[in-house]
Amino acid sequence: MNTLEKIRKIREEKRKELDLRVNSKVGAKEKHILVCHGTGCTSSKSPKIIENFRKIIKEKKLENVRVIQTGCFGLCAKGPIVIIRPDDTFYAMVSPEDCEEIIQTHIIEGKTVDRLLCKDIDGSKVQKLDDLTFYKKQKRIALKNCGKIDPENIDEYIAFDGYKALEKVLLEMTPDEVINEIEASGLRGRGGAGFPTGKKWRLTKDVAEKQKYVVCNADEGDPGAFMDRSILEGDPHSVVESMIIAGFAIGANQGYIYVRAEYPIAVQRFGVAIKQAREYGLLGNNIFGTNFSFDIEIRLGAGAFVCGEETALLESIEGKRGQPRVKPPYPANSGLWGKPTLINNVETYANITRIILNGAKWYSSIGTEGSKGTKVFALGGNVVNVGLVEVPMGTTLREIVYDIGGGIPNGRDFKAAQTGGPSGGCIPKQHLDTPIDYESLKEIGSMMGSGGLIVMDDTKCMVNLAKFYLSFTVDESCGKCTPCRIGTKRMLELLEKISNGEGTPLDLEKLEELATNIPKTAVCGLGQSAPNPVLSTLKYFRNEYEEHVQEKLCKTGECKALAKIQIDEEKCRGCSMCKRNCPVEAISGEPGKKHHIDEEKCIKCGTCITVCPFHAIA
Amino acid sequence: MSQNMVNLKIDNKDVKVPEGTTILEAARKVNIDIPTLCFLKDINEVGDCRMCITKVEGRRGFATSCIQKVEEGMVVHTNSPEVIEARRMILDLILSNHHRDCLTCIRNGNCELQALATKLNMDNIRYDGEKNEYEVDDKSPSIVRDFNKCILCRRCVATCKNVQNIGAIDSSSRGFTSCISTVGNCSLNDVNCTFCGQCIESCPTGALHEKDSTKEVWEKLKDENTYVVVQTAPAVRVALGEEFGMPIGTNVAGKMVTALKRLGFDKVFDTNTGADFTIMEEGTEFVKRLKENDNLPMITSCSPGWVKYIEMNYPENLPHLSSCKSPHEMFGALIKTYFAAKYKINPEKIYVVSVMPCIAKKFERQRDEMKENGLYDVDSVITTRELARMIKQANIDFTGLEDEPFDDPMGEATGAGAIFGVTGGVMEAALRTVSEIVTGKELQKINFEEVRGQKGIKKATIKIGKDEIKVAVAHGLGNARQIMEEIKAGKADYQFVEIMACPGGCIMGGGQPIQSAKTRMTVNVREKRAKAMYTIDEKSNIRKSHENEILKKIYKEYLGEPGGHLAHELLHTHYEAKPKYKILDNAN
Amino acid sequence: MEKNSCCMDKKLEKELNEILEKYTDSKDNLITILNEVQMKYGYIPKIAQMKISEYLKIPMAEVYGVITFYSRFTLKPKGKYTISVCLGTACFVKGSEKIMERLKQRLNIGEGETTPDGKFSVDSTRCVGACGIAPVFTVNGEVYGKATVKKLDEVLDSLQ
Repeated sequence: MNTLEKIRKIREEKRKELDLRVNSKVGAKEKHILVCHGTGCTSSKSPKIIENFRKIIKEKKLENVRVIQTGCFGLCAKGPIVIIRPDDTFYAMVSPEDCEEIIQTHIIEGKTVDRLLCKDIDGSKVQKLDDLTFYKKQKRIALKNCGKIDPENIDEYIAFDGYKALEKVLLEMTPDEVINEIEASGLRGRGGAGFPTGKKWRLTKDVAEKQKYVVCNADEGDPGAFMDRSILEGDPHSVVESMIIAGFAIGANQGYIYVRAEYPIAVQRFGVAIKQAREYGLLGNNIFGTNFSFDIEIRLGAGAFVCGEETALLESIEGKRGQPRVKPPYPANSGLWGKPTLINNVETYANITRIILNGAKWYSSIGTEGSKGTKVFALGGNVVNVGLVEVPMGTTLREIVYDIGGGIPNGRDFKAAQTGGPSGGCIPKQHLDTPIDYESLKEIGSMMGSGGLIVMDDTKCMVNLAKFYLSFTVDESCGKCTPCRIGTKRMLELLEKISNGEGTPLDLEKLEELATNIPKTAVCGLGQSAPNPVLSTLKYFRNEYEEHVQEKLCKTGECKALAKIQIDEEKCRGCSMCKRNCPVEAISGEPGKKHHIDEEKCIKCGTCITVCPFHAIA
Repeated sequence: MSQNMVNLKIDNKDVKVPEGTTILEAARKVNIDIPTLCFLKDINEVGDCRMCITKVEGRRGFATSCIQKVEEGMVVHTNSPEVIEARRMILDLILSNHHRDCLTCIRNGNCELQALATKLNMDNIRYDGEKNEYEVDDKSPSIVRDFNKCILCRRCVATCKNVQNIGAIDSSSRGFTSCISTVGNCSLNDVNCTFCGQCIESCPTGALHEKDSTKEVWEKLKDENTYVVVQTAPAVRVALGEEFGMPIGTNVAGKMVTALKRLGFDKVFDTNTGADFTIMEEGTEFVKRLKENDNLPMITSCSPGWVKYIEMNYPENLPHLSSCKSPHEMFGALIKTYFAAKYKINPEKIYVVSVMPCIAKKFERQRDEMKENGLYDVDSVITTRELARMIKQANIDFTGLEDEPFDDPMGEATGAGAIFGVTGGVMEAALRTVSEIVTGKELQKINFEEVRGQKGIKKATIKIGKDEIKVAVAHGLGNARQIMEEIKAGKADYQFVEIMACPGGCIMGGGQPIQSAKTRMTVNVREKRAKAMYTIDEKSNIRKSHENEILKKIYKEYLGEPGGHLAHELLHTHYEAKPKYKILDNAN
Repeated sequence: MEKNSCCMDKKLEKELNEILEKYTDSKDNLITILNEVQMKYGYIPKIAQMKISEYLKIPMAEVYGVITFYSRFTLKPKGKYTISVCLGTACFVKGSEKIMERLKQRLNIGEGETTPDGKFSVDSTRCVGACGIAPVFTVNGEVYGKATVKKLDEVLDSLQ
């Protein structure tokens, strides 16, 4: 049997077998226990949960019950997550000790374990995943298979239309037709800058050169973003398949994926995927009996944010220091080892197979005029539902933060949202209704970025936040060009001065000068965008800077030199939460009576502010 | 192939240049100067420092003019207020992390950073802040690295790695703590550095410089009990004038001798004579080895950077090296023996100073192999630059000096000795002598054009009598590596190879006056200095080493036969394998 | 003692040769090889730098330049426990800065340093991807989520 027939057969048979994953069927013979095995849930012991389930099933000699480790379900805040199919019961914050009860009550007795059900935003308990508000406004395209299939089982991927797009491309389409389709879909690069993907493919295809390369940028460096990691962990084959398609379209037969070594699970799963694809003849020579051959190699990053910049990434693949190259020439003309190279990030690739299968028309019907399709965000910070969300372009920030994210916890107020990581900016309250697309975000001084979306409540100081991002940039600057190497350092020094209460109006002036000139003079995107967090906070929270400089005041207390942590006697109820949590025993007070902080002992760690249920400490 | 021309406008001037020209080059063609720092023509064209930014109409941000190619219809502004403001910010940032002790800096007055600060009217440092502090590396006998003055232009790295193919230094760390360093940030003395000094020649500031030996020379000049003899290498005289504002390629031999005498040296000799000795010895050795087919090709050994290189990188090929000492070492040995005896001076009281275009000579001088009877052949090596500093220190008006000749009895050299300082020169000088020794007939044509010129590797087949010998000449260690790889692989069919560590030969040595990147972009320094060398040769009365009367006399009176016993003792040496890295002392 | 360290070197050399043999001498293998050495020894020993330099024909200064560029590579062995605080944005917003400060204060060392007794090393990391349970720190790779200063203190007290 040739590869093609074999794959088609697996698709047909396996699809039937796995139908219960997508269709609720009462009385189905099999039950599948899906356990999230993404990094978040893994950190909260999901491997132990899987182990326990299997052990118990074996002990109880249960038949027709399978435990499947899947990729990320998205709702990381409620992890570890367990879903039982086909009835689609969603259990949250499961611990290894709960396995016994789930097996006994749910699997054997057919009853729901009520206490493990997830609470929705309104406090009601929800039985099914799809009923959670968190999922209602989402549209899963890139994350389609995440949480649905076992990422280490190629057959499961094939069952859900896996390698069907490749089949279509290789057997029915010409490279130009593939590129036309991608162009027509309106897909833009999900790595941050939003360059039209089809155009990039076309530019690389049009260079007359025999040796070309396809590269997948999986060096997701934006701190607080884990979209790409989740895709690689949950659905690695979608990236493998899309890279093969890209190779066919531009005329390359070698691909590289550059993954952060900090993502061991993703690296391992992608390695498994490549191995399986090779075994199935999906990678290698003469794929599906055509003249087309393609293979992929994994290259590990080693801890340098700048390697997310495409030319720095190329340098790193070549085994060098990841220092960006001056552009032009662009990688489409001169990339890896000087050869034409196509670079897209993980999420961009994850969209390709869907576009090929469902058509450009379908894809371009989702989203806004200039930004088509969906975008995956890693929603984090001061928001109830921390996790991974995928929404159609054009969804507003408010919908993401409040409807999907469940709003701000602890009764605090929304202060700002940060997108684009160290290259992006802060979006204040007045722009909550901005639709998320490339242009709108740019207009309000931020950027799409790779998808980190950090929500901040009103206990956060914007000067301190700018300082945080600048210290990141200073740490991660490659040191090649002067403005970034020394300029960002000087900006950080100025911010430190201001944060320490030593800032002068002249310092603010200097800060703005540097923030204006560095973007114009730095070599690469990292340096050019490094001042963005400062520029955007200056734009929307200038008063905070001025308070720090003129009144030597940091209202949030985050700038320690300017902070004086006090207990508001009016609000204190004497619950002793602060006293119990203080690491240095600086708080005194009898239960039920007003508490007091000893300034001498206080290390201004802020723990008490966070734990006080009455917001009495500031 | 006819080149396509591109029309553009730079600061409102119409410019027409060939396709592929950079904005920087195009601007210089119409006398518009765009400041640069990291740019070094053909060597470092990376656009790191951002000094050369210009505004191109209709483009976002600035264009990096040292690498950006011109395009049809481009409108470039090189000095709009916006550009100037950005440039000043960049320079301000560089200066904010620089040790600004200009007055006492070795490059005071010849520093590209200082010149730019003047040009851009830097009246204060606006963005001052934390400075990186580094220990100065002065452990090696040749080079001092003062990283506090480094501006990270990486010209030295490109030179060391790409031109010389050594890679003793490279960028390390990142961000604000980025620096240029050796492995483990240890001394250049302990790594694969050959002390060629090309990095110094490419450094725009005082971050890299020769180890100063002028103080020890002044001490000896002050000491009445020491007989201080100075000798000057062939290449010094064609470059020294540059330090005093004279045109590149001016031969200032006469003024140099006068200046040295004024400085108080007891004798001023010419290393060119030493070079003649080298030809006699090396030529004799070659004829013998050719006859015996002994470790051919024979490779020259007068470039100490090259010698250190082969000792570290190709120890198994050391037998190919000629056993001859380099000219100034031979000469030093003769001064302390023949000359001392003849003039009845206690050799222990003689202090030989060599003025060299080279900093590796400082290393060579103190090698154990360069000793006779417990005395070093040469006691101090100063570079062309150091000599210039001594002349300035003595307040001598160099350009106004009269010419004086070198001292007897070792003063007069041949044109063959003179061309030692340029690539191909040793080969040519040797061929003149070898040819006449072997054939016993006078050469019809004594210029061997085939080994001259700037090509990295020159190969030729030379007819000597009935026989033909194959020769190769390589300059620059990157080219030397190619030849060595051929030899190592057994693919080399040459009999005689000349190698010099520095690209261009000694005239471009690491001790020569430093020319700015701007000069190097517009003037072919190498060609001008080389031309001056060949002019000296052409104007010489005697142009073959074996016809040097002094030589004949010394062989007759003292040394005996070339390659004979005493000659061997004094003028030859041996070399041995050296570790590339001495950093594993405390393993892990 | 000397003899001992010599044997150690021999063993190390043998192991390094085994690692190198797995790769071609193509220069682009440098980072992959360094990653493997780092994983195996917890740092890149000088002798490994030398071997890699010889094998790939890359000057040692360049190898060193690459090692010092990437934050995962270290030149010194780590302590028995490497405690790494995530300073990614999600953790930062949830107060990981305070955890880091406390850690440095307790151990009296800075980031990237190891206590004199070789027991603890302090590191920062940019996002381990456990943003759902921010702030987090890790001890020898094991993730501790929803961290507080108090929790850190408890963990430190429990490590011997």
